[in-house]
Amino acid sequence: MATEDGQDPRIPKIASSIRVIPDFPKPGIMFHDITTLLLDTEAFKDTIDLFVERYKGKGISVVAGVEARGFIFGPPIALAIGAKFVPMRKPKKLPGKVISEEYSLEYGTDKIEMHVGAVEPGERAIIIDDLIATGGTLSAAVRLLERVGVKIVECACVIELPECKGREKLGETPLFILISSA
Amino acid sequence: MSGNKEEVDPRINGIKTKIRVVPDFPKKGIMFQDITTVLLDPKAFKDTIDLFVERYRDKNISVVAGIEARGFLFGPPIALAIGAKFVPLRKPKKLPGETIFEEYELEYGNDRLEMHVGAVEAGDRALVVDDLIATGGTLCAAINLLERVGAEVVECACVIELPELKGRQKLKGKPLCMLVEYR
Repeated sequence: MATEDGQDPRIPKIASSIRVIPDFPKPGIMFHDITTLLLDTEAFKDTIDLFVERYKGKGISVVAGVEARGFIFGPPIALAIGAKFVPMRKPKKLPGKVISEEYSLEYGTDKIEMHVGAVEPGERAIIIDDLIATGGTLSAAVRLLERVGVKIVECACVIELPECKGREKLGETPLFILISSA
Repeated sequence: MSGNKEEVDPRINGIKTKIRVVPDFPKKGIMFQDITTVLLDPKAFKDTIDLFVERYRDKNISVVAGIEARGFLFGPPIALAIGAKFVPLRKPKKLPGETIFEEYELEYGNDRLEMHVGAVEAGDRALVVDDLIATGGTLCAAINLLERVGAEVVECACVIELPELKGRQKLKGKPLCMLVEYR
């Protein structure tokens, strides 16, 4: 894979720890499996460190993570930068009062939800997921947070699939990624 | 935590007060223990992780297995701090590679927990992490998966225990460490 930040020596090791599985969940899709990264203690630590170094001291009070793989990367970043962690979940998982945002799938739509009161207007947030493909889920997360007056400083993912043009879906919201897989 | 000095750890009360109880979720009669409010308090969240890390850092744990999805919130920070690998245990069809599964009972019917083949090796010393232990069915399935590949399950770690549901008895003799009881 090519690397977004060719300079940082930690990135090639992170890239090589990610397993690509053909034809999952369906034929033609090359699935990027980060579970093998989580088995490499140095690579996992380096991944978190790279995000923490970027976001520490920037007045970010919210790290939002998209279910479920965003739950793996988001909390360690939140803990290290002293921000709260806000899970963004599929429908009916969160027990309290929620607000939701719809987004398009290839066939049909889905929703992501967030607890009312988890974030406050004026907070500065980053949104974390393991990977950005079409950007459907991430752009829904951006809209959801912006609706309640939060400023999205950046979206951050380990992997980007640039051919899926997710960056375009994010519009004005910046995207930071460690690895670009063309 | 269950037993001894941790009962007087001043951090525990701070964590307990942050847990939100939501009545009648997912159905009437259930008092749902919502830990998302703990995650909104950076100090309470940090204290939660620190309490587990302090307990496990010198125990040569090589694997932290976290149960989808709320085990993913607590397991990785613990794994990172103690230098262990993190292994997600997931609902069916989420893991892309070759998996092994363990069935467990629900109130009506069964469900399955899956783990990637090769993630855990014989001789690994493992911790199983989830936000809460109720009946213990999911944790028991997790223990079974890990033991089938030859790992030693050292302990199960949960933020909350519902002791009246007797989940501890389902853990195949493995110890449970929890921070907060809800009766």
